[in-house]
Amino acid sequence: MTFTVTRRTFLASSAAAAGTLALGRPGRALAADALPIAFVYTGPIGDMGYTYAHDVGRKAVEAHYGDKVKVTFVENVPEGPDCERVIRQLATSGNQLIFATSFGFMESTLKVAGQFPKIKFEHATGFKRAPNLAIYNARFYEGRAVLGDIAGQMSKAGVAGYVASFPIPEVVMGINAFTLAAQKHNPNFKTKVIWANTWYDPGKESDAAKALIDKGCDIIAQHTDSAAPLQVAESRGVYAFGQATDMTSYAPKAHLTAVVDLWANYYIDRVKKVMEGTWTNSDIWWGFKEGLVGLAPFNPAMPAPVKASAEKLKADITSGAVHPFTGPIKNQKGEVVYAAGQKASDEDMLKMNWYVAGVES
Amino acid sequence: MIALSIVNISAAVISASTPLLFAATGELVVERAGVLNLGVEGMMLMGAVTGFAVTVSTGSPILGILAAATAGAALALAFALLTLTLMANQVATGLALTIFGIGLSALLGSGFVGQPVPALPKLHLSGLSDLPVLGPILFGQDALVYLSVCLTAATAWFLKRTHAGMTLRAIGESAESAHSLGLPVIRTRYLATLFGGAAAGLGGAFLSLSYTPMWMEGMTSGRGWIALALVVFGSWRPWRVLAGAYLFGGVTILQLHAQGAFHLPAQVFSMLPYLATIAVLTIISAGPWRGRFNAPADLGKPFRPSV
Repeated sequence: MTFTVTRRTFLASSAAAAGTLALGRPGRALAADALPIAFVYTGPIGDMGYTYAHDVGRKAVEAHYGDKVKVTFVENVPEGPDCERVIRQLATSGNQLIFATSFGFMESTLKVAGQFPKIKFEHATGFKRAPNLAIYNARFYEGRAVLGDIAGQMSKAGVAGYVASFPIPEVVMGINAFTLAAQKHNPNFKTKVIWANTWYDPGKESDAAKALIDKGCDIIAQHTDSAAPLQVAESRGVYAFGQATDMTSYAPKAHLTAVVDLWANYYIDRVKKVMEGTWTNSDIWWGFKEGLVGLAPFNPAMPAPVKASAEKLKADITSGAVHPFTGPIKNQKGEVVYAAGQKASDEDMLKMNWYVAGVES
Repeated sequence: MIALSIVNISAAVISASTPLLFAATGELVVERAGVLNLGVEGMMLMGAVTGFAVTVSTGSPILGILAAATAGAALALAFALLTLTLMANQVATGLALTIFGIGLSALLGSGFVGQPVPALPKLHLSGLSDLPVLGPILFGQDALVYLSVCLTAATAWFLKRTHAGMTLRAIGESAESAHSLGLPVIRTRYLATLFGGAAAGLGGAFLSLSYTPMWMEGMTSGRGWIALALVVFGSWRPWRVLAGAYLFGGVTILQLHAQGAFHLPAQVFSMLPYLATIAVLTIISAGPWRGRFNAPADLGKPFRPSV
């Protein structure tokens, strides 16, 4: 214990001395010892959603490397000036690799990364890089396309309700991918969207789900973080999809599946690269193929053909045979945005701010 | 179909309003006694987690509800000890109480995340509950909804009609004068603070047992702060607080239903509950009721009895 404290103090002072002590090959220097790593979360690890999923990745790193790593995490860090203080604190206390897991940490991470050029930083879902700042994101829309494929077959009314958070490209992309996939089975399929204008407010999310069911939706999807919409679906006897993790326990009958965030492999790989000294400031957007996005187990109530169709779509997206945004795609006004066979580029998707025909928002 | 929608929307409005009504009614009594407890959010969360944990562990929602009220009161007792006995600043202590409640409830509830609990049963009053439309709205709710309205009525009666209620109000207006008349200032303020904590705890229990029957960290999502605002909105009167809670709950639900029907940005709808509240407040303060904002004169002022 004492040794750890001494070493941390040593590293902190050497980092504060801004490189007067050579930390040129930290991976090598620490190989015999534990590599200090830190995670910064915006929510509580008990949210059962986004932050929980990152924390599963953090635990996987610990399980994989054992005492070769020394992992710290800070939860409930607000996206604002406070996060800069937290990230800087983690840097001065000797961490060699710091994961900032929320979009709103972007500017602060960039700033602190500039002040600690020897330390490696990683920022999730953002778009600003630096020589020692890598960025990573997941293709959640691939999973949402599979949910749409299921919804198109399971919905009798042909109308899905979508409890949405904020109209940012990430969410818009998900709504569109979901609707397009459902329309492959039912060309008249509609998605009604209600904006809760929050990532996390169980009461409001549940009210939104109730309103959608009252409007005639018989299947509920969500892009907010609590399991409340699923509970509403369960009590009202309609199907629904979970968010970020397997939420079956909240709604055993209603929960068909969920898009699951699987950060573990990425985190393990990045730690390995730091240990080997091969880390670069990469920019990745991974999906099914790389195992960053997955699906929760299918509900046994799903008929075999629906399961088979969902599994086939997942396999086709994984192999690259199918791209969820392949033309013909029309917008809400009926104008053709992508001609038959044309695929949306990554750049297009990352700034998507329009809805496909069939979305009612 | 329209009747069904009205029933469903009304049920949603009642659910959205009830936790606010509990917490705001409790805080109203606290403030009428001259104490400002900003820890409502923390006390609601303690009530939510305790109510959920006890219901899951014992299988009895009644025990869960009692435990929630006790947990809210226990946190309020800490506040009372600090501010009434040790004379700590009420604003700072109340804010600390909220932060403490958020943390403690997360710690206590960590083992209960993801566990299911059956929602509180809806009471069925034979005859009344079977009336078309009105039956399911007025007579098909769970016990806590009725309790919240009864609590409002009881509070109104207590403050206006009983000796103890008048004592409480006198203490909130001028603790010095009340003390010189021999009224028990500190004891009354203790009891009022404990009542406020218990009511906030019940509001929390309604969230975790009825509204969204589950436990998740921070699940009150700011409702404690809205309850505090409702007390001002209701100008420290129980029935106005009830009207405010239902207005706020009503606009919150209706804006969700209005989305998509009108071609306005969703953010505009999200602003509606707050805009409506400000609008009503402005109308009340400009109209013939002007000057009847009866904020207790000694609200938030510490009192040290002169011996």
